[in-house]
Amino acid sequence: MMRFILPFVLFMVLAGFLYVGLGLKPHEVESPLIDKSAPAFSLPQLAEPAKNFSPEDMKGKVWLFNVWASWCESCKDEHPVLLALAQQNLVPIYGLDYKDKREDAEAWLHQAGNPYTLVASDADGRVGINYGVYGVPETYVIDKQGVIRYKQIGPVTLGSLKDTILPLVQKLEAQP
Amino acid sequence: MVPEIGHFALIIALMLAILQGVLPIYGAARSNAVLMGMARPVAIGQFVFVATAFGCLAYALLTSDFSVLYVAEHSNSQLPAHYRFAALWGGHEGSLLLWTFLLTVWTVAVTQFSKHLPQEMVARVIGVMGLISVGFLTFMLFTSNPFERLLPAAMDGRDLNPLLQDPGMVIHPPMLYMGYVGFSVAFAFALSALLGGKLDATWARWSRPWTTVAWTFLTLGIALGSGWAYYELGWGGWWFWDPVENASFMPWLAGTALIHSLAVTEKRGAFKSWTVLLAISAFSLSLLGTFLVRSGVLTSVHAFATDPRRGIFILAFLVVVIGSSLLLFAWRAPKIGLGGKFELVSRESFLLSNNVLLSVAAASVFLGTLYPLFMDALGFGKLSVGPPYFNTVFVPLMVPMVLLMGLGPAARWKQSSVPDIWVRVRWAFGASLVIAVLLPFILGKWTPLIALGLMLAFWLISTALVDLRRRMLRAGGIKGQSRSYYGMQLAHFGVAVFIIGVTMVKGYEMERDVRMSPGDTVQAGGYSFRFDGVRDLEGPNYHARQGRVVILEDGKPVGQLFPEKRQYDASGMPMTEAAIKTGLFRDLYVSLGEPIPNSGGAWAVRVYYKPFVDWIWGGCVLMAFGGILALSDRRYRIHAKKKQESHAPDNTAHVAPETATGSTTA
Repeated sequence: MMRFILPFVLFMVLAGFLYVGLGLKPHEVESPLIDKSAPAFSLPQLAEPAKNFSPEDMKGKVWLFNVWASWCESCKDEHPVLLALAQQNLVPIYGLDYKDKREDAEAWLHQAGNPYTLVASDADGRVGINYGVYGVPETYVIDKQGVIRYKQIGPVTLGSLKDTILPLVQKLEAQP
Repeated sequence: MVPEIGHFALIIALMLAILQGVLPIYGAARSNAVLMGMARPVAIGQFVFVATAFGCLAYALLTSDFSVLYVAEHSNSQLPAHYRFAALWGGHEGSLLLWTFLLTVWTVAVTQFSKHLPQEMVARVIGVMGLISVGFLTFMLFTSNPFERLLPAAMDGRDLNPLLQDPGMVIHPPMLYMGYVGFSVAFAFALSALLGGKLDATWARWSRPWTTVAWTFLTLGIALGSGWAYYELGWGGWWFWDPVENASFMPWLAGTALIHSLAVTEKRGAFKSWTVLLAISAFSLSLLGTFLVRSGVLTSVHAFATDPRRGIFILAFLVVVIGSSLLLFAWRAPKIGLGGKFELVSRESFLLSNNVLLSVAAASVFLGTLYPLFMDALGFGKLSVGPPYFNTVFVPLMVPMVLLMGLGPAARWKQSSVPDIWVRVRWAFGASLVIAVLLPFILGKWTPLIALGLMLAFWLISTALVDLRRRMLRAGGIKGQSRSYYGMQLAHFGVAVFIIGVTMVKGYEMERDVRMSPGDTVQAGGYSFRFDGVRDLEGPNYHARQGRVVILEDGKPVGQLFPEKRQYDASGMPMTEAAIKTGLFRDLYVSLGEPIPNSGGAWAVRVYYKPFVDWIWGGCVLMAFGGILALSDRRYRIHAKKKQESHAPDNTAHVAPETATGSTTA
């Protein structure tokens, strides 16, 4: 009797979908900011609060914009990767210290090493909101025109650097 | 040392689980009494070793042994002791251990309470549960060992997720898991009936109390989770149709259908293959829930512990367990036969419709939960399905179901007639209709949905009262009915209370989201709320800003609320602790938003007036009490059962008291 095998068939179809689903990453919702200009802001620098930093200053350069915080555990996993990248001098890394205390952030960078060319301090998280930050760390690749070309949610790994971020940086460098 | 003992105990437990899964089933196939007799001692042995492992992890947590990775990730030296213990199920590995531990608890319960059952049956049931345990222990030992060492040891732990540092969360997961795992007993009974090829009504009678216990735990577990979301998330909501919530709701719907279907199978011998399929489904949905929560295939606001690498293992396990049981079903079910005949208008067909509606409800929750995954897998992009879908689909399904709930007890088994039922329920119908139309006017706002909700609730209450009165008159007062009948009516009454809660909250709640400086007041639901500013507060492992809100009624203060904004030291996570003044007819709910900068102490404050909101959980508790009452029925007590077995070994002679009075009165 066919109807008794039906539950099994339906279940196997479901299992197929679940198998495909394991390979998908539901967290990676495409950011609406891709291929749009990076939202403008002007924030005090972490090291010298008297001076401000703005993405405008970066026109004409390809750069990474990394959102981090001293309270963020995954940022600590990511940190050695960023340090290694900074040593290679392939692309400047600018940081956004998100919802953090200045002293905590400075203590952490002092202790673990500082991969950033410069860090902007977003103490109340308002700039983070404009950038659609919903989980720290996040990393943006921004081109010479100040357009966001890629967003990595979660820690940057050696793999994602090699496969995605660095090839993209090279390509963008080649463009005017 | 202690963690190694725990690890070793798990390995021995796996060995015993393999024996428990293989020998008794093989013995039952060969009619070998010695092998079948192994089932009980081996199951008890497995319980002892899993309990040892459980105790070892508890010990490591309570003594803050941060050389154990799990402890370092989910606990902290500043964490109060009861939360250190609750951290046992605060993460992936620990919650798997809890799952396995509860499975062995249920297995031992089966060994103790089924001494009167045929040996083949018990051997197969315990064997099937052993096989499930093999899967979980293998999963734990190979991908998620809770006793993994961290060397060198961490100085301190990362702390338990602050969302879980709450009394409700200490008991919610064990309750929920007791329900999930409890359905494994009904599942094992169904499979052993399929394996044995004897699908008469006896297996239904045996698995009924087990299913009711599991359902009771699951009901309480879901209610606790919903209550937790209400006061802990700070948004005043009690159900979000989040994938994790749905994962617990689907087995509940299937389990509710199963309870009703089992009743028909036991008493009338009908729906046999359908009941078996439901028993398989209820447990499969429990397993699927575990998969969805643990594998990370779906995004969820409270996916606390996800890891896609483990997903493959759980999926393979799901395919083996569910796939093989559905194949077994496809092979054996055609031989089951149809059972007792019944007419279109009869209690059987009402219960069948109720079953269909519950199953369709479970299927639509299932579809809504997995739809984003299906679309993504087929390449149609990423999207999410929200509460609008669920509300649109759910209400039309629940309305006929609740109407049938009122009719079911009034209808006779086998054959009933429409005029006869109408005579029984017409007063109930009229009264509930009148109340539903008039009451909202008195309450101050009339909408079709409020009227509908009240009508359904009063329909349930009035039909129950009418039925109660009819039976009292015919069968000698209160003692004339069985406890399982009262349990059924109490659970249905719980549904009515639940519906009143939902209707009143949805219809009459008030929300104010305002900026308040110290001294400001805001009105909601006849009360004024005066904000008196915030002060700093030190908790054991957090700092907090605590606000003070004075509640005024007619200008006189009637109470104070102290909502908090906490910052946990170890994780740095901010948490909103809402303050709630609970009452039988309304909750007053205040939560702190964010401080407003440069404003001299002003805060964003959310104030809610929530009429009858506690009736939602009160209804769930009544449903659970209904389950407990049904379980206390005389025929489930062991000595009574033994007597019954010896006098009436044939199930056809078994007629429950309420059947005797309810269906043979014609």
